[in-house]
Amino acid sequence: MNHPLTTTLIATCTALFGAGAQADTGKLLLTGGVSSIDGAAGGGLTPWAVIGSNATDDEVGGSAFVTHVGTKDYGLNIVGAAVGIHDRYELSITQQDLDTRGTGTALGLPGLHLKQTIVGAKVRVLGDAILDSDTLTPQVAVGLQYKTLGATGFDGTLNALGAKRQGIDFYISATKLFLAQSLLVNGTLRATKANQNGLLGYGATLGGNESKHSFQPELSIGYMVNKNWVVGAEYRFMRNKLEKAGAVAGLGNGLRSEDWRDVFIAWAPSKNVSLTLAYVDLGVIVPATTASRKQTGYYLSAQVAF
Amino acid sequence: MACCLNFTFNFTSTLFSGTDMKKTLLLLATKLVMASCLLVANASFGQQTAPKDDQLYKAFGEKAGLIALVDDFMTRLLADSRTGPHFQPTNQLRVKEQLVEQFCMLAGGPCVYKGADMKSSHINLEIKKSDFNALVEVLQISMDAKGIAFRKQGEMLALLAPMHRDIITPK
Repeated sequence: MNHPLTTTLIATCTALFGAGAQADTGKLLLTGGVSSIDGAAGGGLTPWAVIGSNATDDEVGGSAFVTHVGTKDYGLNIVGAAVGIHDRYELSITQQDLDTRGTGTALGLPGLHLKQTIVGAKVRVLGDAILDSDTLTPQVAVGLQYKTLGATGFDGTLNALGAKRQGIDFYISATKLFLAQSLLVNGTLRATKANQNGLLGYGATLGGNESKHSFQPELSIGYMVNKNWVVGAEYRFMRNKLEKAGAVAGLGNGLRSEDWRDVFIAWAPSKNVSLTLAYVDLGVIVPATTASRKQTGYYLSAQVAF
Repeated sequence: MACCLNFTFNFTSTLFSGTDMKKTLLLLATKLVMASCLLVANASFGQQTAPKDDQLYKAFGEKAGLIALVDDFMTRLLADSRTGPHFQPTNQLRVKEQLVEQFCMLAGGPCVYKGADMKSSHINLEIKKSDFNALVEVLQISMDAKGIAFRKQGEMLALLAPMHRDIITPK
């Protein structure tokens, strides 16, 4: 964690919580969502149209989170913070650190950690997911995520595959809480070049051009058991951009990827704290070095918000 | 619904061209999106219509239950530093009477709300969205205290929430 971002994050959090001591923000419980792996407010794997923090109109709020994902062959540590402005704009900064374990060793890079920094911005363009309960109109937001992968010994491999170390995801999300049914539904459409969410770079050129944005849908459903507990599921389609490049490089289908999904339970004991536990299935990740095992495992996330 | 289906076919055809698992994935994607569309459509029909029967009124304990709920609600509204200043200057007995009438009518009970409409009764009150949300929170606490099931609370809130358009002061 000796990254300048860590210092920035700590400074941001300190500033946010300093401000939070005076702020009296007024959003309803859990309606700011939790922090997704890319830092945007939403579910666990996918952004929603909600704006992070407890801030409503005329207010500014903030949130910070830590997440750990442990699968059969990988560990992913994530830290991030977000600012919500007037329940309309959201800015976020996040760092993901993938411990490649056996895959790094197999590539001759023992101890390889792939670190990705994500700067996100989101704007709510219409609707109120919660209060407009007499219409079908969802809350809609558009956003972008600028992702950069830090330089590592893995760069040679990425270059050989023709994968870049930076990329921008664009997305549109629609979220609706069906209050009378206690049901939350979100649909997100993401335009992305990323391989495994960017942890394996962006696009590929070896074996054919896979460097354009492709559209990937992401779906979430949540059921509010009561005002403190939500259970739900998510499905995130992933583009298999590296498989052909891997085949040309002599790895067969050893670089293919699959869709991501999870089932989750989130608990908000108060407006300022939430904990999320999920069972995730990230499909295969570099099956060449992991005996094609499905990367199933757990996801644990803690968020503070004001 | 039509627009939703159209959307499904567009994105799936863009998405999976050139993969060997095309058919399976296309089917899966279509199923998933259709399932969620159906969920949305089903959920929304329940939501769109005001109650046709008095099941919600009964769930709230009819007139006696509503009076007890609103008494508790007003006590908490006055005690809460966010909502207290808005309710202290009012004629609380009158406000409580009107809330009971309004909740009763919304829930399908045999009442007619005779008070002023939401827009004209809140026009000069400088109410922010955070004030509105604070009131909803206090109402949730009162409904919890009265043992009203969470799903029934949601049904009542779904009938009350759209009033935010008339209650919150436009900027």
